[in-house]
Amino acid sequence: MRELKLMKGNEAVAEAAIRCGVDGYFGYPITPQSEIMETLMDLRPWESTGMVVLQAESEIASINMVYGGAGCGKRVMTTSSSPGVSLMQEGLTYLAGAELPCVVVNVVRGGPGLGTIQPAQSDYFQTVKGGGHGDYKLITLAPASVQEMADFVEDAFNLAFKYRNPVMILSDGVIGQMMEKVELKEFAPRWTMDYIEENHPWATTGKKKERAKNIITSVQLEASVQEAFNHKLQAKYRAVEENEVLFEEVLCDDAEYIIVAYGSSARICQKSIEIAREKGIKVGMLRPITLYPFPAEQLRKRAEQVKGMLSVEMSAGQMVEDVKLAVECKIPVEHFGRFGGSVHSPGEVVEALEQKLIGG
Amino acid sequence: MKEEIIIAGFGGQGVLSMGKILAYSGVMGDMEVSWMPAYGPEMRGGTANVTVILSDERISSPILHEYDTAIILNQQSMDKFEKDVKPGGTLIYDSNGITHHPTRTDINIYRVDATEEAARMHSIKTFNMIVLGGYLKVNPVVEMKNVIAGLKKSLPERHHHLIPMNENAIARGTEIIKEVSMVE
Repeated sequence: MRELKLMKGNEAVAEAAIRCGVDGYFGYPITPQSEIMETLMDLRPWESTGMVVLQAESEIASINMVYGGAGCGKRVMTTSSSPGVSLMQEGLTYLAGAELPCVVVNVVRGGPGLGTIQPAQSDYFQTVKGGGHGDYKLITLAPASVQEMADFVEDAFNLAFKYRNPVMILSDGVIGQMMEKVELKEFAPRWTMDYIEENHPWATTGKKKERAKNIITSVQLEASVQEAFNHKLQAKYRAVEENEVLFEEVLCDDAEYIIVAYGSSARICQKSIEIAREKGIKVGMLRPITLYPFPAEQLRKRAEQVKGMLSVEMSAGQMVEDVKLAVECKIPVEHFGRFGGSVHSPGEVVEALEQKLIGG
Repeated sequence: MKEEIIIAGFGGQGVLSMGKILAYSGVMGDMEVSWMPAYGPEMRGGTANVTVILSDERISSPILHEYDTAIILNQQSMDKFEKDVKPGGTLIYDSNGITHHPTRTDINIYRVDATEEAARMHSIKTFNMIVLGGYLKVNPVVEMKNVIAGLKKSLPERHHHLIPMNENAIARGTEIIKEVSMVE
């Protein structure tokens, strides 16, 4: 029988990490995601699966411990919230440059600076446009429920190892702190050394006589070598864009307007759609599940059908730029969102839709 | 069936745990549930609130701007949430410390003087369960057997000996809740 538990999004991340066979977690506490490490410490997985859980001395230490673990072909992760993730940006670009797979969860809070501890979605640019230096991309998943917080941990590791690339789970204080029913998977064993050596031959598992040294590095001093490597990275990103786009559509087929929203905003907007439809407004929602790669092609298709789009995000307007690029200015695209830790209500979104798109 | 509830009061009154027990009761009854706390820098003596949704269908937004029921346990929360009860909805409050009683005439208003009753019962900590009992009398959204099962699920095992005391408090709540006004 399937077991349903009531838990916070943060707790679900911890449970899912142990169950999918993660080897190591390195983190540093910060609201609103501290329950992740707290839950791991409560569950003591080092006594069951052998998973390492370690409170590092800082976020910078955490991300560099991840670099070390990932270099050995281990499934390792860290989690933090906005200010902590800013500290990790150097590590993230090094991980991307060294083509190392890992999972990072950002339970976003309001910024800039130390900001507030309440929910926000204002780290979109940081996550999908770089954050660290250099031409790199983070595959980015945006969960909109506690169930997805659990499920995306394993999905993220699968993507990370498929493409040898860091994967970000971009969540926020709402999804992290709320409790919902969640169904957890059975325990899967951690990878054995034999499995890692066979499936991830790039990993530093100890040099054997029959192969050359494996070197994990992001430094290529020769420009031509760096350029060739960057071409290889770009080819990988094109493959990600080709194969890994995920989105969910709600009532889009007869829609005259489309709300584009991810994560907790998508949940709020679903209610807005119910309210708007009762008023006779034909509105649907497209929820990007992957923020990178972005569902640009689907938005472009929908742009031929609808009169306008409203990007709803708890920021001053970040994803809206990608929506505009996707629809190539063929239809009006507006932004609405509370920010700095304030969360828009379903009713406020309907008002914005009426004022910015329908009335205007 | 869908019930959208806000429970609001002081930190330390057991607002969040009352919401958790209600949510777990919904899980036990095979309902969809969400529990969304205001998790700001709240502390004992500050304000705390939680939105609980119980539904037969998938829940869309865990964050709401109007509620079927508001359970209000201090004046600040009265000032903030009385206006957000849907017309025809329900407001339940403990009059302890309330200086401005609710004035709306388009909602059903009930009083459950749980602070006073908890003191009388020499069991201050079951205050929130008295309130919960009152709420369940007015709106039996979950069966009592599921509430007890929910209590068991949300309390750590070492506290299970306290369940009869909590059951007792819930029963007391069902007895003392009083209707103040009813929508015409």
